[in-house]
Amino acid sequence: MLIFEHSKPGRRAQAQAPSADKPAGIPEKLLRKRKPRLPEVSEMQAVRHYTRLSQKNFSIDTQFYPLGSCTMKYNPRACNSLAMLPGLINRHPLAPDTHSQGFMSAMHELQEILKEVTGMSAVSLAPMAGAQGEFSGIAMIRAYHDARNDTGRTEILVPDAAHGTNPATAVMCGYKAREIPTKADGDVDMDALQDALGPQTAGIMLTNPSTLGVFERRIKEIADRVHGAGGLLYYDGANLNAILGRVRPGDMGFDVIHMNLHKTFSTPHGGGGPGAGPVGVSERLLPFLPIPMVGTDGRDFHWLTEEQCPQSIGRLSAFAGNAGVLLRAYVYAKMLGAEGMHRVADYSTLNANYMLKRLMDAGFTAAYPERRATHEFIITLKKEAKELGVNAMDFAKRLLDYGMHAPTTYFPLLVPECFLIEPTETEARESLDAFVDAMIQIREEAKTDAEKLKGAPYSLPVRRLDDVRAARELDLHWQPGEDQA
Amino acid sequence: MSNTPDNLKYTKSHEWVRDEGDGTVSVGITDHAQELLGDLVFVELPEVGTQLTAGDECAVVESVKAASDVYSPLDGEVTEANEALADSPEAINEAPYDNWIFRLRLSNPAQLDELLDAEAYAALAEED
Repeated sequence: MLIFEHSKPGRRAQAQAPSADKPAGIPEKLLRKRKPRLPEVSEMQAVRHYTRLSQKNFSIDTQFYPLGSCTMKYNPRACNSLAMLPGLINRHPLAPDTHSQGFMSAMHELQEILKEVTGMSAVSLAPMAGAQGEFSGIAMIRAYHDARNDTGRTEILVPDAAHGTNPATAVMCGYKAREIPTKADGDVDMDALQDALGPQTAGIMLTNPSTLGVFERRIKEIADRVHGAGGLLYYDGANLNAILGRVRPGDMGFDVIHMNLHKTFSTPHGGGGPGAGPVGVSERLLPFLPIPMVGTDGRDFHWLTEEQCPQSIGRLSAFAGNAGVLLRAYVYAKMLGAEGMHRVADYSTLNANYMLKRLMDAGFTAAYPERRATHEFIITLKKEAKELGVNAMDFAKRLLDYGMHAPTTYFPLLVPECFLIEPTETEARESLDAFVDAMIQIREEAKTDAEKLKGAPYSLPVRRLDDVRAARELDLHWQPGEDQA
Repeated sequence: MSNTPDNLKYTKSHEWVRDEGDGTVSVGITDHAQELLGDLVFVELPEVGTQLTAGDECAVVESVKAASDVYSPLDGEVTEANEALADSPEAINEAPYDNWIFRLRLSNPAQLDELLDAEAYAALAEED
C-alpha cells in the first residue's frame, strides 16, 4: 500500500507540517495555485508505513547477497559512526580552510591511500559516483589527446567482457565504442585487438579481473600494444576487490582508473547513491584531474582549484565529492591498513573459489572451468534449463525462498543462462555452504516439481513479478482517485 | 529447436536476410535470437536514409534480460523501418520471420553470397 493511499484530508503530523505562511519575496505569478498533492497522514502512520517498508528490505544487513560485479560486502558500523562525528557532519561545505583542516587532512590522506593502493601518480576524489568516475576518466583521455593536437583519435576499444557501462561512457565523451571479442578461455582476443588498433585509437577500457571473473593474463602485452598505437588505458575499478593490496593497476600499465568506493571500500551501496568514484592517473594525465583536490605544504591543507590546475577537465559538482561517503571509505581504509587490504583480496578470492569448487563437485557447470576464479565466478545453468525445464531466473527466484539474495543473472551476456556469483570476503564458510546446499536442493525440486519453481518466490511480500508487462506498460505514477483495489 | 527457414540468408550475429528480388532486402532477427533474448519489450529502429556498411550497429532489441545490438548484414541504404514494432515488440517473439525490422537498398548485392545459408546457420545456433 502506498502512503498516498493512507491519506485523509486534514490529517497532520504536526511536528513535520510545513509553515502555512506565504513565502516572502517570491513574485505572485510564480506561486503555485494548488496545494501539492502530498499524502496527509499522522506521524504514527508515517512511522509505521516506513518501518514496515524497511522490514521488507532484502539487504546485506539481513541476508547473504552474492550479487556478482557489485561487491555487496558488509559495511562496518564503525565507518558510519566516525563519519557522523559532529565536527565532520556539521562542517559547512563553504567553511574556510582554516575551519576545515581536520576534514581536509582526512581527504588528503584518502587521496594518498588510494594512490598507493592503485599505483597511480595522483588521485582526485571529486567524482560523485562510479559513472562520473568513468566519465572523468575518458574525458581526461580526450583532454590529453586534444592538448597534444592529436585530434584524429575517434575510437575507444571495449572488450565484450568489460563492464556494461563502459561503451556508454565512451559515447558520452564523443567517442565511437568498438567492441573487442573474448576468446573461449576468457582472455582478450589479441589478434582482434591488433586489427582494431590504429591512429584512430584513443584508448581502451578494461576491467581486470574481467566481468567473466578471470584475470586478464596478457595485460602487459595489451598495455604495450595500446601504448604503441598511441592510445591510453582506462581501468574500470568494478573488480578492484579481487586484487586489493596484491596487484596494482598502475603497475599493469594503466593510465587512468576509477574506483567504486561503495564496492571496494565498503561504503553504503545501491539505491542510486550517494556514491563516490575517485579517479587516479598516471604521470601524463596529471594536469587534467577533476577539481577540487586537497593539497598540502607539509603542515596545512588547502584546496587545489582552477588556479593551480588550469588544464583540469573541471568540476563535477558544486563542492568536493560526496564528503560523507568519502569519510566512510577513509575510516574503512584506516581500519584495514595495508595488511587488511591483502586479506580482502585473499579472502574474497578464496571464498569465490571455494564456492566454485563445491558447485562443480555438485555437478553444476562452470563457464570457465579451467580458470581459477577471482573474487567472482560464473556458472551456466544451460544444462539444467535443457534437461529440467527450469532456467536461471527460476533458480534465482527460488533462492529468495531460501533466504538468500539471488546472484546476478543473465550477465555477462556472453554466457547463456548464467549466474555471476560474488560472495565477498565478509561471509563465513557457513553462508557459502548454505548457498551451495540451497542450489543442490533447488535442483532436486526441479526434478520432482519443475512447475513449483516457476511460481517462486512463495515466502516474500510479492510473488513472481510480471517483468515483461512491467517493461511494456510502464506505470510509475499514482493519482488520487485511481482504482485502489 | 528453433526454426530456420531455407529460403533466407543468415549472419553469425543472428540476423536473417530476405532477398526481395528488386535490389532490396528485409532484415530481422532469427527465431534462435528471439529465444535467447526472451520477451522483447523495446525495439529501436534505424532512420530511413541511413547509409550502412556491413557490420554497423543499426538497431537495438531489448528484452527484460538484455539489450542487444542488431547489425547490418550488408552495405546499403535504409529504405524502410518497421514502425509497427515500436508499439508491439512482442510481434518478433511471436513470428520472427514475418516481422522484419528494416529494409535496405543494397549497394553491393554480391555480398549476399557471403551470408550463411540455413544449414550453416542452424549448425551455428546448435553450438550456442
